Amino acid sequence: MTTAIEVQERVGPPSKASRPHPIRDTLIRRSAIGVLTLLLVSILVFAATQILPGNAASAVLLNTATPARLHALEVQLHLNRPAVEQYWTWLIGILHGNFGNSLANGQSVGTLVGGRIVNSAVLVILAGVIGTVLGVGLGVLAAARRDSLLDHVLSVGALAITALPEFVVAVILVIFFAAVVWHLFPAVSVFVPGTAPWSNPAALVLPVATLVIVIVPYVFRMMRASMIDSLESDYVQMAQLKGVPRWRVLLVHALPNGIAPTIQVIGLNFLYLAGGVVVVEYVFNYPGLGQALVSAVSDRDIPQIQCIVLVLAAFYVAVNILTDVISLAVSPRRRLPRS
Amino acid sequence: MTAPSEDIPVTADADAAARAPAAAGTPRLSVENLRILTAPRRGRPDADVVDEISFTVQPGQVLGLVGESGSGKTTVALALLGYFKRGLRLGGGKVLVDGQDVLALPEHELAKLRGRTIAYVPQDPASALNPVLKVGTQLREVFTVHGGDPGRLDEVLAEAGLEDPAPILAAYPHQLSGGQQQRVALAMAFACRPRLIVLDEPTTGLDVTTQRRVLDTVRGLCRTYQVAAVYISHDLAVVAEIADEVAVLYAGRLIEVGRAREVFASPAHPYTRGLMRAVPVLESTYELHGMAGSPPRPGSRPRGCFFQPRCEFAVAECELRQPDLVTVSPTGHAARCVRAAEVVALSGTAILAGERAEPASDEPVLTISGVSVSYTDKPVLRDVNLVVAARQSVAIVGTSGSGKTTLARCVVGLHKDWTGTITFAGQELAPGVRRRSQDQLRRIQFVSQNPYSSLNPRQTVGQIVGAPLAHFHKLGNRQHRQRIDDALTSVALRASFAARYPDELSGGERQRVALARALVVDPDLLVCDEVTSALDVSVQAAIVELLLRLQAERGLALLFITHNLPLVRSIADDVTVISAGQVCERGSVTQVLTAPSHDYTRQLLADVPAFERD
Amino acid sequence: MARRPEAFAVLGRAVRTPRGAVGLAIGGAVVLVAVIGPALAPYSSTEFVTKPFARASAVALLGGDTLGRDVLSRTLDGGWELLLMAAVATALGVAAGALIGVVAAYFGGWIDNVLMRAVDVILAFPQLVFALLLVSILGPKIWLIVLAVAISHAPQVARVTRAASLDITERDFVKAMQILGIPGRRIIRRDVLPNLTSVLMVEVGLRLTYSILVIAGLSFLGFGLQPPAASWGLMINENRVGLIANPWGVLMPAILIALLTIGVNTFTDAVARASLGVGGRSTEPDPLVGLAVEGVSA
Repeated sequence: MTTAIEVQERVGPPSKASRPHPIRDTLIRRSAIGVLTLLLVSILVFAATQILPGNAASAVLLNTATPARLHALEVQLHLNRPAVEQYWTWLIGILHGNFGNSLANGQSVGTLVGGRIVNSAVLVILAGVIGTVLGVGLGVLAAARRDSLLDHVLSVGALAITALPEFVVAVILVIFFAAVVWHLFPAVSVFVPGTAPWSNPAALVLPVATLVIVIVPYVFRMMRASMIDSLESDYVQMAQLKGVPRWRVLLVHALPNGIAPTIQVIGLNFLYLAGGVVVVEYVFNYPGLGQALVSAVSDRDIPQIQCIVLVLAAFYVAVNILTDVISLAVSPRRRLPRS
Repeated sequence: MTAPSEDIPVTADADAAARAPAAAGTPRLSVENLRILTAPRRGRPDADVVDEISFTVQPGQVLGLVGESGSGKTTVALALLGYFKRGLRLGGGKVLVDGQDVLALPEHELAKLRGRTIAYVPQDPASALNPVLKVGTQLREVFTVHGGDPGRLDEVLAEAGLEDPAPILAAYPHQLSGGQQQRVALAMAFACRPRLIVLDEPTTGLDVTTQRRVLDTVRGLCRTYQVAAVYISHDLAVVAEIADEVAVLYAGRLIEVGRAREVFASPAHPYTRGLMRAVPVLESTYELHGMAGSPPRPGSRPRGCFFQPRCEFAVAECELRQPDLVTVSPTGHAARCVRAAEVVALSGTAILAGERAEPASDEPVLTISGVSVSYTDKPVLRDVNLVVAARQSVAIVGTSGSGKTTLARCVVGLHKDWTGTITFAGQELAPGVRRRSQDQLRRIQFVSQNPYSSLNPRQTVGQIVGAPLAHFHKLGNRQHRQRIDDALTSVALRASFAARYPDELSGGERQRVALARALVVDPDLLVCDEVTSALDVSVQAAIVELLLRLQAERGLALLFITHNLPLVRSIADDVTVISAGQVCERGSVTQVLTAPSHDYTRQLLADVPAFERD
Repeated sequence: MARRPEAFAVLGRAVRTPRGAVGLAIGGAVVLVAVIGPALAPYSSTEFVTKPFARASAVALLGGDTLGRDVLSRTLDGGWELLLMAAVATALGVAAGALIGVVAAYFGGWIDNVLMRAVDVILAFPQLVFALLLVSILGPKIWLIVLAVAISHAPQVARVTRAASLDITERDFVKAMQILGIPGRRIIRRDVLPNLTSVLMVEVGLRLTYSILVIAGLSFLGFGLQPPAASWGLMINENRVGLIANPWGVLMPAILIALLTIGVNTFTDAVARASLGVGGRSTEPDPLVGLAVEGVSA
């Protein structure tokens, strides 16, 4: 019997010493790409706000521009220096936490925005968590009872709600729960600046509810679809043919497989929320980043706009990285490749 | 043939029950008139998927369930466990395991039987094992669900041929090889000492050597524990090796049943006879004959005998009604044919092929010398040498991973990074397609394995076949049309096929279109990469018949890549055996297959399942 | 080039399903209102006809808005610009995105890398925020909004078409053409693009929905058409104050926007389901979901 051409059968996972660390590697790689992306974003933001045609200063001052004031503003915004140098100064400033002063009220942008980050974060986290749990739960339920009345109602409902703009949802909630039909919650939040948002829970309800309604359908549909794929797979069939009871098939075999593609969607939803808060905060006058952005845009308050956009971009990048890493962690096939 | 079944209660102690000798003549499994339909849907009437399925299996025996695609064999296999895929439902009949009707049980009772009393071995273990659970977890689950000692895990794995259990248990399924995965599946199935085991094409996709080992394991386990087994396959040779009895399915009906030896040696049904004439055999060079037409699908099955439209023995009576099973021997050999007795009396099925014509000239069309390929650090091909002359067929044989496909891709120009020389018609070939001349590109053509992805779904057959023609020749409309029609006719497709789209065609028809596309520009060399591996046996035979005819007519040189050794016997003059990128052996087919000089070749030949033919 | 007009075949199939019919009907009805509305409006949208937030009366069938203008007339006038902007933004965005995606997929290598990095940068902004950024500098100009929305669509479309193209270029029939020595451009045009038809059709539907949402949202925030112009998003915001007095100023445009987007989305869903049969893939439980989510990153 020849030994030279014997079929080598690989046995199981590689030894500890040679095992690669895909999670760590991915984290490093994605972070590097993330930093690069942020850098590019900063260039884009800077170019958009300070280099574009029409002197930014004159755009800000509009009618009240006299040559003297124009010149003073230009100096403040460093507009008289070459572009690259402007960018560099700006970038260094940002890395030190100095975003300049608001053109609207002269205060430090860093402090202004910093306070609001927490407020928006509360909305995003609450809505994200509640929305995810609801979406996943309903998705599993619909998949397990596929083609039943419940499933049809939920699916059609999801399809309809996905299409609604947030401001419409917000306004409808206001009509029903705050202004016209019932008067359970305030239509507009009245916050004392400096207090924590959770000190006034009633004011949080409608904004969070709006956001939840907007994202649940996405999570629901993805979860339902991937659960159905999972339930129709060969390995679920095999589990059934082994005599595994139905509940165990659903929770132990199907669900862990179904959740992996949904992680992407959950990540996307957090990203979507970052944009969604803009409208929601505006409607409910909630003192968060979104509302600040809208005012800043109205006022052409460039430093504040730059700061908020960068914060949002950083949030985006962070969520993307987190999503990729969690996706990897949940999927052994990608995490532990055959050598 | 079968004694009336007695009621043997399913005892709680599966082990003891399995080893107790069964009452003589009591079948372990008895299927009676099983009928499965499509589930009702709007606007579509119910259709029979399978009907009138009846057979029995004794303890310790293996029944081979044979059929081509669409015959319903997997549907029957799953029904033995009381399982119906989405869209199917039970229409009637019984499945009696030790006298208990599985189909009459409620779901939670069925769950108790599955995995413990009746076990299933899947076709594709890679997809049947849950990718996010460790192998150990999935194995242990059988004990968790059915009770039993989890400490027996190591023992169970050893029985299935996995000697070193710890790393296997700790691994995820994708980290194991195909053979290991299948052994895990076997271990899961035999863990609770089932009384009946259903194996659904468990060795498809495994190389011949691994297949041999798996078959031996299955046979051993069945004998030891007196398990009754139903072995589903489309591979007749494998069934001949492992089965005691055989049942042949065609278009959802059982058309022949009997002892395996008898059925294969003297089939009583024209379809089985046709199958035997299509199966390539290692020992001698037989002519392969395909069967014209294809099986009727559920919903469009004729009133009379289903096989009648394709049958050379058909008489007027065959169109009127379904024939009953006719017994042709005292051992229980029966077939569903009015002329069964005549068919069985016909001696032998195989026709020895005549001597193959000598190659047209000594001038080689293709010469491969010293070709090597490596991906980064791994060598894929090492110093390969090969010659093909005009009108000659050279087969390249190897298992998956041997590098044979890479070699084909180098010849054809799809793969550019190779060293060595490839000479075609006296001129050296440049490595990639870009640097070859139009003439060279035209004269070397390629047909690949997968008929479902090799044709553009958005184009008609006419456009597909016409594409290379339009690229190499600028012909007038009429001539262009004529060439396409000629190409289609030469692959035995009617000219009207030119207006059809690929999704309207069967696998065999698609492969013919791919052939027509390759032949329309009149090449000198045709490279075929596993072109029949995805096809049923009878369709494969038809394609081989076609290739041989075309070769004789056009003086084509053929480079035929395959893993199927018996097929080589029927199609090739010379054969090259490749393993791990190196050529082990080269020579004429008769030489290499009857008197191999390399150990690897010997091992391969020994592992190929064989019929015992007179 | 395929002769069979696949797009029409798929659309035809989609319309015959319940979802398709309902979606088309609802969406189509709103489009009709938006397009011929201005011709039917009883008053001009800037005319003062009644008291601010007056209730519905014979003079003003839906009552008065925040300045006493006729809600009905303003509603009829307020849709066509939204539709036009959304349509143009979608067309531009899908065309650009599809081109980028196909090129990246077919050529691979550094071209693919560069394109996908560029795409990532745009993706780092929520769509609304990107538009706001541009508006903050140049003001709420119509062409700017359309451009901004188109640019923010392109990356998502690029990702999806890239994934679909990669899938196609892997298939054997493309290799069969490569063997003949046919140049890459021709293969893309003749063999790859026609297979993307169904993916692109669905993307158009999805992006159209988003376009409408973002543009209406911008309008709501005051960065779309400026007052005194009539635009549905703007109306909802202007009339919020008088919600209790006369809800129609808010409800009517809100209902119309909602019906429009629901109709488009539902019809797109029907198209997605109908297009699966042509490609020959097995029935998926929810075809839109894979596309509504961006293509998975490499």
